[in-house]
Amino acid sequence: MSTSKVASMHDAVAAIVRDGDTVAIEGFTHLISFSAGHEIIRQGRRDLTLARMTPDLIYDQMVAAGVARKLIFSWLGNPGVGGLNAIRRVTEGPAASLELEEYSHFGMVARYTAGAANLPFFPLRSYFETDLPVANPLIRPIDSPYGDGTVYAVPPLKPDVTIVHAQRADANGDTQAWGLLGCQKEAAFAAERVIVVVEELVDEAVIRADPNRTIIPGLIVDAVVVEPWGAHPSYVQGTYDRDNRFYLDWDPISRDPAATDAWLADWVHGLDGRADYIEKLGEQRLASLRPSAPAPSGSVDYGEYR
Amino acid sequence: MNDPVPFTKSEMMIAAAARELAGQRVCFVGVGLPNIAVNLAKRTVAPDLELVYEAGVFGARPARLPLSIGDPTIVSGATAAMSMFELFAFYLQGGLVDVGFLGAAQIDRFGNINTTVIGDYDHPTTRLPGSGGACEIAINARQIFVIMRQSKRSFVGKIDFRTSPGNLGGAANAERIRREQGWLGRGPSVVVTDLGIYHFDDDGEMRLDSLHPGASLELVRETIAWEPRVSPDLAVTPAPTNAELDLMRVELDPGGAYIR
Repeated sequence: MSTSKVASMHDAVAAIVRDGDTVAIEGFTHLISFSAGHEIIRQGRRDLTLARMTPDLIYDQMVAAGVARKLIFSWLGNPGVGGLNAIRRVTEGPAASLELEEYSHFGMVARYTAGAANLPFFPLRSYFETDLPVANPLIRPIDSPYGDGTVYAVPPLKPDVTIVHAQRADANGDTQAWGLLGCQKEAAFAAERVIVVVEELVDEAVIRADPNRTIIPGLIVDAVVVEPWGAHPSYVQGTYDRDNRFYLDWDPISRDPAATDAWLADWVHGLDGRADYIEKLGEQRLASLRPSAPAPSGSVDYGEYR
Repeated sequence: MNDPVPFTKSEMMIAAAARELAGQRVCFVGVGLPNIAVNLAKRTVAPDLELVYEAGVFGARPARLPLSIGDPTIVSGATAAMSMFELFAFYLQGGLVDVGFLGAAQIDRFGNINTTVIGDYDHPTTRLPGSGGACEIAINARQIFVIMRQSKRSFVGKIDFRTSPGNLGGAANAERIRREQGWLGRGPSVVVTDLGIYHFDDDGEMRLDSLHPGASLELVRETIAWEPRVSPDLAVTPAPTNAELDLMRVELDPGGAYIR
């Protein structure tokens, strides 16, 4: 038997995210918890170190809102659109104020993996003959103990808090996801505290009927937040599409500091939470993001063994 | 008789890049121009091409060409969707990728690539996205294709930051270093721009092998910061076919994000 970890986003963030924390809101394009990012802004957290492979619009918004002191990342852009303009404003030129710690994608994945597996470093065949180890001295060459050459090592990344969005979980936090998995699992296992945000709360029996689909066990989860559309303008495979229009619209908004502040006032500070946000977005916009047709997997038979 | 259909420089560049993929098996697809070029190749010269996306997909069959390469369409109907650890560790570093297809902000004559900063690293004039997967793709994919528009700002004498290694300071040195460090990659083999197609000479330097229709050597020289090496057998790139243009305009990029 286990007790329910279901909480509101407000209460989960209030209890679990603290000033000065290293926070990873992961999800590679897919399953990005914008609703958690917005709640962190609303609650006025400060001096966060934000880790994500691709900071995406959510960290552009959080940096614009003043919650962050530092970014740990591997690709800093708005895919197919351009730069992250609020972040550029505090990373370019002589007045650059946001601290950056930069890796490659595999380097970030390896850092979470080392953090999750309690290893002192993770070795990889990247970074040879590049300027990345110069820019980031935490990327270091290491000789193989078996005498067959040199590889590069990256240190473990153990966020204080990892927040992931997923399709479904039970009340204990046993979480299932499908589609692009990014490094959701690695980032969750590496973290001290974990919040999962899901489209749907399901009975434990649903989880147990398909154990291969579980990426995160309730064992490491501190709070389960149920928030349909919580990943918008990111997406949830099979439930809603990426809102590319928003990603395009953010570019001119984020180029103008006043427009950025106005957007944050309108869509974050001025709202109580995701339910408000969805209502403001409107049914027509939501309908346009639903998949054009269902594409269910065939089911598999695990068999019963007594 | 059909009159030739007019086409844009971008359409020529994408068609030329796609044709270079003929005969290839497994291609790691980068964001932006590489994505449309590889998807065009899959529908024309390389139907058996396996598309690998860094987001964690092998054998993708995207039904649309999305703004971001991390789109749900790369998952539906794919052979395998996996964690990014598996993708980078087993597929890429494990040696299964034949071609890594990259874009670039700056490139030098030896095919070294910068996608990190313009200017000084600590106080850049322009902060670019950074490596993403490009650094490990350049090291671990068997060969590298590059697609980018050329200008004096992008084809530079010295790149401001080496994000992804090419032929370093020349082929002899690069081959020795790759061997000593155990790279699987042999470095860059093709650069396709809006003006022409380059391959690499034995000494590791870029060589113009084909000029696109409408381009000229003068235009090429005006848009490269070094004196470009030109093949004695310089060819003219065949114009995009009607079939290629149809695929780009109707199926792959109806919004004109890449082809205009």
